[in-house]
Amino acid sequence: MGMTITQKILAEHAGKNFVEPGELIMAGVDLVLANDITGPVAIKEFEKAGGKEVFDKEKIALIPDHFTPNKDIKSAELSKALRDFARKYDITHYYEVGRMGIEHALLPEKGLVGPGDLVIGADSHTCTYGALGAFSTGVGSTDIAFAMMTGKCWFKVPESMKFIYRGKPSPFVTGKDFILFTIKDIGVDGALYRAMEFSGEALKYLTVDERLTITNMAIEAGAKNGIMEPDDVTLNYVKDRAKKPYKVYKSDDDAQYCDVREYDVSKLEPQVALPHLPENSVNISEVGDITVDQVVIGSCTNGRIEDMRMAAKVIKGNKVHPYVRMIVIPATQEVYLQMIREGLMEIFVEAGAVVSTPTCGPCLGGHMGILAKGERAVSTTNRNFVGRMGHPESEIYLTNPAVAAASAVKGKIAHPMEVIKNDI
Amino acid sequence: MIYKGRAWVFPDNIDTDVIIPARFLNTTDPRELAEHCMEDIFPGFSKKIQPGDIIVTGKNFGCGSSREHAPIAIKEAGISCVVAKSFARIFYRNAINIGLPILESSEAVEGIRAGDEVMVDTDTGEIKNITSGEIFYAKPFPGFINDIIKAGGLLNFAGGGQKNV
Repeated sequence: MGMTITQKILAEHAGKNFVEPGELIMAGVDLVLANDITGPVAIKEFEKAGGKEVFDKEKIALIPDHFTPNKDIKSAELSKALRDFARKYDITHYYEVGRMGIEHALLPEKGLVGPGDLVIGADSHTCTYGALGAFSTGVGSTDIAFAMMTGKCWFKVPESMKFIYRGKPSPFVTGKDFILFTIKDIGVDGALYRAMEFSGEALKYLTVDERLTITNMAIEAGAKNGIMEPDDVTLNYVKDRAKKPYKVYKSDDDAQYCDVREYDVSKLEPQVALPHLPENSVNISEVGDITVDQVVIGSCTNGRIEDMRMAAKVIKGNKVHPYVRMIVIPATQEVYLQMIREGLMEIFVEAGAVVSTPTCGPCLGGHMGILAKGERAVSTTNRNFVGRMGHPESEIYLTNPAVAAASAVKGKIAHPMEVIKNDI
Repeated sequence: MIYKGRAWVFPDNIDTDVIIPARFLNTTDPRELAEHCMEDIFPGFSKKIQPGDIIVTGKNFGCGSSREHAPIAIKEAGISCVVAKSFARIFYRNAINIGLPILESSEAVEGIRAGDEVMVDTDTGEIKNITSGEIFYAKPFPGFINDIIKAGGLLNFAGGGQKNV
């Protein structure tokens, strides 16, 4: 019997020729990730368990990205704990404010993750790196403590679901819309404990940035990991960045899938996920009049340069609606710098938006754009749970960056074609 | 281990932002986290819990973020175990890794009402609704997951059980 790409990467890292779904394995990891919220808990556990050294200082990434630049004294203490640990153990991949970015945008950009890698992170969106052909998954802080000591983590080999995207998407239909539509189809627990393998010719129309958006949200369907077989687009992205050798895996023709679904994306409209679950997507033409108080463009889901370019294209020559606060958050310093070079900063600021330094910030209701009671946000982030961006009685509508930008201009949820003043 | 307490019933898809909102994640202190457990959907929940009480909930419990603060807050608040139709996978492994007993049984969830007295035997997977007299069985944990649970968590397990409590 053949194996899926997920099985192959897990088998290789467990030192086995074959693994089957349901099998429990202990596998070696290529990279261990934690941030300023989950890292300090892992460090406490590491020290409580008598940890004296880390398994490999080159294979640990500690990134203070959630409440940074620190929003209050308590969060400053958390960052300090992470920083002190990084210095004590001489951790190579610690990124300080000014050099750091949102972890799941930063690691691919820096070439710290490549095809065939096995990555664990104490952050649920660690599944993002699957777009590069890696197995990556979110775990907890105790897992990270154990992995920092041993270089290992326990896994139950997941069954795989296959998603095949056919056709060519219309303008302003993006990877975000592919994944929102898919989550709507299978539900927020539709891929629970499973791997989501994304494939089909429609993916070739997507940049790596858009593909990372798809795998990023695999967790919103409950999946263990999201993954794509590397193609020329992937390898072109990886080749100048990779800091170490990588290995391309592909699923066997006779690999087993517990479910196979096909979608024709040529008919897909931009999607809007209504409160309070990511599975509540509707076509933008069905949304109706939904006024907006705040628009957030950023996060590990949609804070990359292609996202910024798309939002800027829509906002150029327009003004943010007088009743709207538009907050743009480039995910990394490199994205930030590239936005300056391409004149995107000027476009956003002239339109009346605010542009922040990289941070997870408002996505999880941390800082930099918290909602008051009864307020409504359109956001390119990944979760619209109750209270996620602030008050328990606020609302979040999830969209792609073009729809978010258009909504900022109109003051209500809008299709980009309603506001765009440039050729597309 | 046998746990006995009153049932607190929650619906499907309880996410970790509900279990412990991110605005309280600027601390790692279990006591402080416990005070805010479920606060946004059930103000004052942590004060109503008597040690040993049991959470009974629907599918996909603990979905969303990977924050280990969520099972820590539940455990520290005095909840002895969580019975669900299903658990989101990161919450599942976090609960196992920190030694918070969890059990999956749709039948038990259907057969337990808020306030019922419940007894759970994590060794056999037996879940008894003392109030109604009904008995249910949870799926047993596979392989070494049982060993991790018995050791009281992953780091105790890794330490050969020397630090067992």
